[in-house]
Amino acid sequence: MAQPVSEKPMVEIKSVVKAFGEVKAVNGVDAVIKEGEFFSLLGPSGCGKTTLLRLIAGFEHPDTGEIVIAGSSMENVEPNHRPTNMVFQSYAIFPHLNVEENVAYGLKKQGLSKADLKAKVNEMLNLVDLKGYNKRPAYALSGGQRQRVALARALIMKPKVLLLDEPLSALDKKLREQMQVELRSLQRTVGITFILVTHDQEEALTMSDRIAVMFDGQITQLASPQELYRRPKNQRIASFIGVMNFVEGQLLDIGNDALKVEAGPIGTVSIKPNQMPIALPTGAVTIGIRPEMLTILFNDSDKAEIEIKGEVVETSYYGDMTYYSVRIDQIAKPVTVSMRNTSGRKVLDIGEKARIGLGAESLVLLG
Amino acid sequence: MQNFPGLFSSMAMMFDRESRAGLKLVSTPFGFSLLLLAAPLLMMLLLSFWTQDYLVLDRTLTLDNYREIGSHPVYALLLKRSLTISLIVTLVTVLLAFPMAYYISFYGGKRKALWLFLITIPFWTSYLLRIFLWKIILGYNGVLNSTLQGLSIIDEPLTFILYNANAVVIALAHAWAPFAILPIFVALEKIDRSLLEAARDLGDGAVRRFFRVTLPLAMPGIVAAALIIFIPTIGDYVTPKLVGGTDGLMIANMIQVQFSKANNAPLGAALAVTAMIVVGLFALTFVLLNRRWLRRQA
Amino acid sequence: MRAPRSFTVFVGLYLLFLYAPVMLLPIFAFNDSAVIAFPLKGFTFGWFAGLANESTLFVALKNSLIVAVSSAVLSTCLGVLAARAAARYEFFGKKPIMSFLMLPLVLPEIIVGVSLLIVLVQLGLDLNVWTVILGHVLVCMPFSIAILLSAFNNMDRFLEEASLDLGATRRETFFRVILPLVMPGLMSSLLIGFTISLDEFIIAFFLTGTEPTLPVYIWSQLRFPSKLPGVMALGFIMLILSLVLLTAGEYFRNKSAALAAHENKQ
Repeated sequence: MAQPVSEKPMVEIKSVVKAFGEVKAVNGVDAVIKEGEFFSLLGPSGCGKTTLLRLIAGFEHPDTGEIVIAGSSMENVEPNHRPTNMVFQSYAIFPHLNVEENVAYGLKKQGLSKADLKAKVNEMLNLVDLKGYNKRPAYALSGGQRQRVALARALIMKPKVLLLDEPLSALDKKLREQMQVELRSLQRTVGITFILVTHDQEEALTMSDRIAVMFDGQITQLASPQELYRRPKNQRIASFIGVMNFVEGQLLDIGNDALKVEAGPIGTVSIKPNQMPIALPTGAVTIGIRPEMLTILFNDSDKAEIEIKGEVVETSYYGDMTYYSVRIDQIAKPVTVSMRNTSGRKVLDIGEKARIGLGAESLVLLG
Repeated sequence: MQNFPGLFSSMAMMFDRESRAGLKLVSTPFGFSLLLLAAPLLMMLLLSFWTQDYLVLDRTLTLDNYREIGSHPVYALLLKRSLTISLIVTLVTVLLAFPMAYYISFYGGKRKALWLFLITIPFWTSYLLRIFLWKIILGYNGVLNSTLQGLSIIDEPLTFILYNANAVVIALAHAWAPFAILPIFVALEKIDRSLLEAARDLGDGAVRRFFRVTLPLAMPGIVAAALIIFIPTIGDYVTPKLVGGTDGLMIANMIQVQFSKANNAPLGAALAVTAMIVVGLFALTFVLLNRRWLRRQA
Repeated sequence: MRAPRSFTVFVGLYLLFLYAPVMLLPIFAFNDSAVIAFPLKGFTFGWFAGLANESTLFVALKNSLIVAVSSAVLSTCLGVLAARAAARYEFFGKKPIMSFLMLPLVLPEIIVGVSLLIVLVQLGLDLNVWTVILGHVLVCMPFSIAILLSAFNNMDRFLEEASLDLGATRRETFFRVILPLVMPGLMSSLLIGFTISLDEFIIAFFLTGTEPTLPVYIWSQLRFPSKLPGVMALGFIMLILSLVLLTAGEYFRNKSAALAAHENKQ
């Protein structure tokens, strides 16, 4: 049951800057993370996402700017007094304690009765699917099990915000995909705000309500996964998330709500940009189109809004999909086209001529 | 202008949060060391410029003690002997230790830890007793002579092995053995065996392999061993006193005399300072020469 | 891999060289003769029994134990502070400060002893067990630092942050997480400090007043031939005790390494 994300702000990041020596790891970040949402910080290594997470957790303090959590300013508030809890990338399970001692670690101070404590620990272990693992020593746990212990240990504290630092990067592919689904459903069950840091765009797209893409210490675009994928703001984001084909074009005219662009073999099209440019940009523009938005028209009777001719130079077979690299006149790099391998569908060979079809509305203006 | 921001930011880093926390922690042990090591060493330096007449200490600064050291040949002799003995001990110990370390590292197999344990057992006895036992072994009627005479290898007991510098060398080469074996062993362990296989593959015989690959790579361990042995040996007191006779006495014995019977602490301090400077110079030269040798090898 | 024959012969001879003095200890400790020389005269426990009558021995032993325990504890405490600082923080002057703390490793002990003696005399202070302890702590501290530095470095630094994140104060974190995890290193440091102090002669010789330590006592006995067999017996006892301590130290060191290996397993 998808819980509607409220509009109340839970974490407010206000013009935060954090430098280490001369390097500005976080270089002016503003964002509002809503209560109950699954929020991801996505970017390549070194972009500042982990630093930002640690600033929210309290392990680093901003040089300038402010962080507000649940309405209270976190200035000079130490990590042990913040309503946040963190799942570390290496899980940081205490090696000298067993599972239930690890999970109960943060509750020890609260002076609960033994029975109460045990009940809470068991409740948590059930939630993360580790029922019965109470007495297992830390060094006898697999990677996936450690991660669940780390989750249980953090969630038992009932934080307002759960911070996750690349929690799935140490797991193998199958386990990772399974955990993505589990984490998402866990978040929905518990209803807490999750902030996840990752460099894996697939992960971010699968799990998040909203994603902030970071490059060089700044948030370049903050949007829902669909928005981010379909209408990336610039080339860098477009190629970071999924695969994007680029076509150079010329800006001809600015209309009321759309731009008229001449794009080589695609012809002249009308594109609705993310925001209308205030002034006329320099004539040259870049247009993007995703591989799955292009189709190979196998039969003469297949028609599309725009058709272009090309020649297949490479094919990659992935079982359920085939990716074609098609060389098209006037476009510098070969264009990637993805086609589902439905039954009966032909597979083209290298060297074969192909007709590519696309719709104008799937074109994105990338600046 | 490029250096300015760097300078300011490193000065800022000097006392940032992390730096302050670290300095706070280390202040106690560092303070302790300053008080009990740095201050006394400086005090010793200062004392060397004072003079003492029986029990009266004259605090006027003077170079008299150093002049005394320079003018009486006995001090130079002792220093030279201490240096020579130290050098010989270092050389002998390292030369003997190297094959032992090599054996454990390359032929020890699964029992390396056991070998190391075996090496260290003899040294878990009192250092004094060990040196004293060498006296028993090397003496006129000692174990070595008795055994050799019993086996008819010699007719008369050997006299050149006790109460002189030779005895000091033997006893110290024994005492320092583990301190040489261990660092050399560690350095040898670090050598990637595939390097040696590659050298063999490229045609080097065993001897060439040793000199071109093993030895240069083991050099840091050898240097460490040499320094661990050389510097403290110059200041050794017990061994020369027990087995050195008169010909094997070293500078430390003379220093001790100044502080007790001779009642001339300032001279003792001056001797200590001089010894330290000489040792320091030697050690430095050795390290620099070694670095140059290594660079030429590369 | 088999070693060449000549090599094995060398190793055998070298081991003989290493063990030569030590083998004499049990031989002459049990030898029924007042003279330390061959041939052997018979088996006796008498020298061991005779030790019981040496009151100065027991005083010296007591002093040595006081000094060794205090030195071990103090140098470990100081070592913990220095090692934690070095492992966890980057601070101004770190390299020179740490190098200075390790300096006693390469200084001749006589220099350390003499310079301390000078200061103490100038200050007009008495020489007693405390002066010896100060000297020993100086010499043991580098060993403590080396051992503890390794222990602290092996500890995942995120464990501390996790503890803080879960609500613990810095003090609680130290006692609930850090201390238990470096405990093997701590034990190792205490044992090493204890053994070094117990056997240390030169500094004790210079800095002990009327309260001799065990090595100083032994030194005084070496000039009396009649006392020598008793010294042999004493030496043998000390050898056995040292072996026990050494084995314990190895055990703790291995436990520390095993714990680190498990920690690093992902």
